Amino acid sequence: MKAIETEIAIIGGGIAGCSTALHVALRGVPVVLLEKRQPGAAASGVNFGGVRRNGRALEELTLAKRSIDIWHTLPELVGNDCEYAMNGHLKVARNDADMEAMETHAKAQAEYGCEVEMISRNALLARYPWFSDVAYGAAWCASDGQANPRLLGPSFAHAARRAGADIRENEPVAALEKDGDGFLLRSENGLEVRARQVLNAAGAWGARVAGWLSEKVELWPMMPQLVVTEPVPYFMEPALGVVGGDVYVRQIPRGNLIFGGRSGTADLDEGFGHAITEETLCTLERTVKVIPRMADVNIIRLWSGVEGCTPDHLPVLGPSRTTPGVMHAFGFSGHGFCLGPGVGAVMAELLLDGETKTPIEAFDIGRF
Amino acid sequence: MNKKSEGGQFVRLSETERPEITIHVNGEAVTALAGDTVLTALMMVGAAVREFEFGAGARAGFCLMGACQDCWVKQEEGGSLRACSTYVREGLRLITDGGEQ
Amino acid sequence: MSAAGNILIIGAGPAGTRAAEVLVGQGLRPILVDEAPASGGQVYRRQPPGFLRSTKLRYGFEASKADALHDCFDGLRERIDYRPDTSVWSIENKTAFTLGPNGVDRIPYDALLLCTGAVDRVLPVPGWTLPGVFTMGGAQIALKAQGCAIGKRVVFMGSGPLLYLVAYQYAHAGAKVAAVLDTARLSDALPVLPGLLIGGLTLAKGLWYQNWLRFHGIAVRRGVRPLVIEGDSRVTGFSYRSAGGQERHIDCDALALGWGVKPECQLAELAGCDMAFDAMARQWLPSSDAEGRASAEGVYLAGDGAGIMGADAAEYRGELAALALLADQGKSSDVARRAHLKHKLSRQMRFRIALERALPYPQGLAAAQPDDTIVCRCEGVTAGDIRLGQSLEPQEINRAKAFTRVGMGRCQGRMCGIASAEILAAHKGVPLAEVGRLRGQAPIKPLNIAIGGAAADDDPDRAASI
Repeated sequence: MKAIETEIAIIGGGIAGCSTALHVALRGVPVVLLEKRQPGAAASGVNFGGVRRNGRALEELTLAKRSIDIWHTLPELVGNDCEYAMNGHLKVARNDADMEAMETHAKAQAEYGCEVEMISRNALLARYPWFSDVAYGAAWCASDGQANPRLLGPSFAHAARRAGADIRENEPVAALEKDGDGFLLRSENGLEVRARQVLNAAGAWGARVAGWLSEKVELWPMMPQLVVTEPVPYFMEPALGVVGGDVYVRQIPRGNLIFGGRSGTADLDEGFGHAITEETLCTLERTVKVIPRMADVNIIRLWSGVEGCTPDHLPVLGPSRTTPGVMHAFGFSGHGFCLGPGVGAVMAELLLDGETKTPIEAFDIGRF
Repeated sequence: MNKKSEGGQFVRLSETERPEITIHVNGEAVTALAGDTVLTALMMVGAAVREFEFGAGARAGFCLMGACQDCWVKQEEGGSLRACSTYVREGLRLITDGGEQ
Repeated sequence: MSAAGNILIIGAGPAGTRAAEVLVGQGLRPILVDEAPASGGQVYRRQPPGFLRSTKLRYGFEASKADALHDCFDGLRERIDYRPDTSVWSIENKTAFTLGPNGVDRIPYDALLLCTGAVDRVLPVPGWTLPGVFTMGGAQIALKAQGCAIGKRVVFMGSGPLLYLVAYQYAHAGAKVAAVLDTARLSDALPVLPGLLIGGLTLAKGLWYQNWLRFHGIAVRRGVRPLVIEGDSRVTGFSYRSAGGQERHIDCDALALGWGVKPECQLAELAGCDMAFDAMARQWLPSSDAEGRASAEGVYLAGDGAGIMGADAAEYRGELAALALLADQGKSSDVARRAHLKHKLSRQMRFRIALERALPYPQGLAAAQPDDTIVCRCEGVTAGDIRLGQSLEPQEINRAKAFTRVGMGRCQGRMCGIASAEILAAHKGVPLAEVGRLRGQAPIKPLNIAIGGAAADDDPDRAASI
């Protein structure tokens, strides 16, 4: 089989990969994306669906802002709003120490132009009487939002295709090697792609790809598992997360509550995340402690997916330190859904212009 | 009562000599018979167990064997029960019309 | 609770009862979990306490089989660990998670016999979500277990053995049967007549019901195409196209719909059984060998949950799977009896194949549904939604689910899974097998959040970050 010749080859059809493919294709540059299953099928499609800066690491805030600006343009950019709604996010404290830590973080976030308001327990309960007294107070970020994760990756992939990107599904990449002044990628099915530059957007499998380039990154699989209820009357406009990550909940306007806080299991070779029943029970118990009225509701399904988590919980973004011509964008450690659209814009700039105005130094693979 | 004016959906053909049990549907007393499922009791006085969440109209069960999940009915005390697989009991208070909005 | 040697049977219908009988006969004490308050399954469902009708009145020709099965179960009851009113909602690492009168329980098992039965195979028809439309099986349960008809003027529509049986039972019990509308044509049955004749008695009973209905002046029509179930807040009528192509209308206040039955195989999937596409049934079924061994170690499948063969076969299959289990565990297992059962089942299978051909699921009707027909009753997803997939062009049914929410609601695709796959495959112009299947997931039925109080593990370190 003759190799496909292209400028940019992307490994991985998650949001980061698909968004990069779109941004590259929109500039008229040939790009081929190889996805081992289907676009947005792994962590991109099976996460909580939070689009938030509240409580986010300071290093990620500028990138997050750039991404959220793109979120607002999704209908024009990808033809689908992906049910994105800017309903705000509550980070819920359990005690004084949580409140203090959040207040300190809120002040630091203000310097990045991210407004976060501290809400006392009384004010919180006055606004949201459905909280139990577990809620000690909260940090409120009105510019945060939520969206449907099942739509984002596929919508970017679809838009990228329309813009001219060549997106190949069910093509797991098995090998990546130098080839003249470019690279040769080979899929498990024997498909070959020759490209001048390569983006490693392989998510939980990103460290394997980096390993082919002799770059060592510790990447643990993380498998957040989410529970979905039957539709109930809409009462919870903002998304919320309790400090520590034990409980996070949102409700969509259709009425379903989506919540999680525990981890499932996964086999990276098999490629799927699986929910663990005991962990589900634990999630149910803990969530009801925070929002007692949910005790009346039925759950109807679960999901879990595989994400890659780095030692410092920050992604790996930027050029390879061993192999010029290769860029990395993986290891989002559970923060990638909000960032994904912006990551694509940034990676396209790095690949096509050699630079980006968005600060990403903190994500350099050389930090490990 | 929801749709009461149009009468019940089900028709009793036999087994009518059972003891009576009173339940409440949307605040009104309804007489059922011991051994009725909640669905049967509701279908004797109307044609609705709940309102459809994503469009107009009511739902009134479909499979009667606990598979289709169409007949979950709200209880006044909170929570819901599957009408086709739950027997009536004295004191049951159900809401089929969505309650006070 | 000890896991050692636990044999867990799920389902107390004909297969589960006969399997328990074999195991008890070898001195074992299986755990038998059943969702219903009493044994019998759907086919031999018992009526609630206080009901007085005889078995003969409720089961007709099948009364002696029902009595025999119920008697068998009653004789076993004290010798098994029987847990009625208990549903299994998850299976993981050889442990079944149940919810019963006493809350959540975990049942570790060494061997698992899945006798999960079947539900109606249904087809979307415009208006089928209106109050007054029930499944064929549901209509039968209303009568058998509640002494009620589903309406004052009932139309029975579909195909399969239940169509004429239930219509007959209704008319015989004094209900008004407005019409019996069969979507199958006589021409479907003629080429497979030799196979149907194997069914002998079953076939004769079917013909007898049809003749009885006609003799009693009830309209029986073949080769019909459903058009629309009419009504505003409930059913007021039904329109269809006759075999001759004319549009017909019937006033009615209830419809019973059904095109045969389909297996409940969610638990087999959760237990790790391989699923394979069955071209004849046009469905994905859990794989098993001739004695009911599934691909997952220690798992056995019996009854209609393992592929539709009917109630008589379910009794044989339950017995056979239990004998296979005994053999696999190195216990005494009657080899001659197993051979005899397999012989009987192979004859039954030939009849099933003929029946499936004579009474085909009208997949064309599903695929031809207009864009605005609701297919997914739970989420209100239409045929057009499935075809369009939010303009994201789904190639596979789980992608269509992701994009449109088809099969994502309370029933997890039990009611719409078959039809939505037919619609997507026809729209894409690909074979049905290529669009895949909706995967079974825990919890397989809605589960109240308050049961979370039963959480066993409280290790805070395993919390995932947001």
